[in-house]
Amino acid sequence: MTDSHPPYLYPPYKSTVLRAPSRPLVVPEYGPDAVELSGPVFGHAELGLLDNDLTRQHSGEPLGERIIVTGRVLDDRGRPVPGALVEVWQTNAAGRYVHLRDQHPAPLDPNFTGAGRCLTDAGGRYEFTTIKPGAYPWRNHHNAWRPAHIHFSVFGAAFTQRLVTQMYFPGDPLFAHDPIFQSVPDEKARERLVARFDLETTVPEQALGYQWDIVLGATPMET
Amino acid sequence: MTTPSQTIGPFFGFALPYGDGPRVAPEWHPDAVRVHGRVLDGTGDPLPDALVEIWQADADGRVPGAVGAISRAGHGFSGFGRCGTDADGHYWFSTLKPGGPAPHIAVLVFARGLLKPVATRLYFPGEAGNAADPVLSAVPADRRDTLIAERESDRTYRFDVHLQGEQETVFFAS
Ligand SMILES: [Fe+2]
Repeated sequence: MTDSHPPYLYPPYKSTVLRAPSRPLVVPEYGPDAVELSGPVFGHAELGLLDNDLTRQHSGEPLGERIIVTGRVLDDRGRPVPGALVEVWQTNAAGRYVHLRDQHPAPLDPNFTGAGRCLTDAGGRYEFTTIKPGAYPWRNHHNAWRPAHIHFSVFGAAFTQRLVTQMYFPGDPLFAHDPIFQSVPDEKARERLVARFDLETTVPEQALGYQWDIVLGATPMET
Repeated sequence: MTTPSQTIGPFFGFALPYGDGPRVAPEWHPDAVRVHGRVLDGTGDPLPDALVEIWQADADGRVPGAVGAISRAGHGFSGFGRCGTDADGHYWFSTLKPGGPAPHIAVLVFARGLLKPVATRLYFPGEAGNAADPVLSAVPADRRDTLIAERESDRTYRFDVHLQGEQETVFFAS
């Protein structure tokens, strides 16, 4: 992985200490046929019709602020990546995950699971309708809180482009105190994790709109 | 500039794993093999919250190009697998041994505490082509064994991923 990524070892994020590889990475000599230079291909038939609308997956409406999150998946040269599988997961408006291991004493919402997926269109665009997630506490250090975020998992054209990351909301006061956000060394690169509020994307009487583009690593086998 | 990676965190389990994720080929396939192992940290403790993904060629050495990596494209082999580790850090896949002179499977591991995934390759033991494989050859000789699965039986291979420590698995830059 190139430039903008965080290091494996970042001691302020305590879980890295015993999990970060400590030996130098080996730079692989991938031939043109290397399996890593291609990747799985996903189809619309494999996804549910409502997979990209997290507000309509139950009988009632979830609590919280409805939002639209949209953007393009691009490669490192700015070209759209069509047909990319984008998966998201997040807390509900109160900052609670459906996950059994989440013990944060905030309420669950029976009308919100917080998982979605979609495929990018011909222009590389994805779009989700969801609820603005809440901040939540974690045990990394005293009084540790994660800024509100949506987890993203993205497949490019190649396995080497595989990206799992988190999208944040503009102006969050918790940025300065969050070692996961701060693990990205370059400030400009950190800003790439923050979505932009966009009035054009906002739907009157319905939902606030955010734009967030995702830039993957190099597309292999260029002509 | 690329979008930075961030950890997958501990709470992906309700969103990313799917029913047939570990079944790259169904267990009833006559040539199915089981590939399994554990993901371990620097003290040898298992990771109960890791996600393992694999991508590979089919038995003829061809990389699948058809749509349908989740549903196995309706013809029994997808090339792509995804399995979350259990409480013992254990993952498994039912798959086919890929073709080619040095059969191998690309492996990515995501976990809480990994700010970006680790990328490695699983090779099969006793393959004559391993010695000439350009990727394997570029790995320091004393660490090459960490990329070669152990044969437990005719159809079962074990591949532990050590994120750190004496037996640290070789990971690739990408
Ligand atoms: Fe989270």
